[in-house]
Amino acid sequence: MNVLEFTALVWTGSVIAGLLGSLTGLGGGVVLVPLLTLFFKVDIRYAVGASLVSVIATSSGAAAAYVKEGFSNIRIGMFLEIATTVGALLGAFLATRVSGSAIATIFGLVLLYSAYLAGRPRVRHAFDDVPDPLATRLKMNGSFPEPEGVRHYCVHRVPHGFSLMFGAGALSGLLGIGSGAVKVLAMDQAMRVPFKVSTTTSNFMIGVTAAASAGIYLNRGYIDPGLAMPVMLGVLTGSLIGTRILVKAETKSLRLVFSAIILLLGAQMLYNGVAGRI
Amino acid sequence: MSQATRWTDQRVEDIIGNLLRAGVILSALVVFVGAIVYLARHGQEPADYRIFRGEPSDLRHISGIVRDAFAFQGRGIIQLGLLLLIATPVARVAFSIFGFALEGDRMYAGFTLIVLAILLYSLLGSSLS
Repeated sequence: MNVLEFTALVWTGSVIAGLLGSLTGLGGGVVLVPLLTLFFKVDIRYAVGASLVSVIATSSGAAAAYVKEGFSNIRIGMFLEIATTVGALLGAFLATRVSGSAIATIFGLVLLYSAYLAGRPRVRHAFDDVPDPLATRLKMNGSFPEPEGVRHYCVHRVPHGFSLMFGAGALSGLLGIGSGAVKVLAMDQAMRVPFKVSTTTSNFMIGVTAAASAGIYLNRGYIDPGLAMPVMLGVLTGSLIGTRILVKAETKSLRLVFSAIILLLGAQMLYNGVAGRI
Repeated sequence: MSQATRWTDQRVEDIIGNLLRAGVILSALVVFVGAIVYLARHGQEPADYRIFRGEPSDLRHISGIVRDAFAFQGRGIIQLGLLLLIATPVARVAFSIFGFALEGDRMYAGFTLIVLAILLYSLLGSSLS
């Protein structure tokens, strides 16, 4: 395979990954790294580097649209970014120390868990409006527009959310994924931030988290321009198409299909990682 | 001063939104130009990413990337575009400090400064070691 064919194929795969990622809201990173390592036989360190770059592109592109709608809470986002960026540094340093097989094994486990999370119905919790003293001191309580009017919400369990965010950052730095699912889990489930606010704020944070580890990847020579180029341009194209057709698509069945794909890829990554074939 | 220059969360977020969009578009264009140069010159060479070698040192550091890009090397131009992309969230964080400071929110200006320091360490500091 020459460079031209390789670029065209990787670009096409990345368009599909970006499209699926944006339609399901799960991000393209989780399918990109398995796609590159399992099908294109790319070394996992190059794959993670390229994926990280594409994560920054889609997150920044989507965040640009979301912040204007007034859903994301920049104070929650900024405070938690302290945890995600420190975690991302740790994850990136870890990635330079451990073997490719170890990264593949962890990746497989994370994929299996993501498939479980995506397939599971979301637990809705009742909103109580008893303010939490720490969250109030940190000025995290906010409001967002709803058809019935502006809705106010109170944020809870900040330390719990903060430590989960540290884990999300470490996973992002180690595996080159946005780990949006863990971020939403931390805000929506632990801190009881409304779902819509959680998802948009998470998107806002993903780019900054990924940038924290991307610097280290670049300095260590893990970001290859020949590979990152079709991945970044492809994922960006796919996610742009995805946001255009988002309204028409049947998201529920799509999520199910995507969960099944993630489940299969996760099992394959796990198998190849444990067998030492990656 | 007129009331239109009042700094609110919404106004800061609007500017941040435009900044992010501009950064992504600019970096995608630079990567695209680099892609054309790279593919025109190296398109027929074999592609092999099976074995990890690590990038040459000039594609790892800001000064080397800029030098290669201005020498009109495809890989250098692509890497410059990727560098611009990585710098986009960093610029967003830097602008947020400014926004929080204008709103008089010193606590959040401080938090944001911590995040910026971590990002700059990653981008600049870790290359010194």
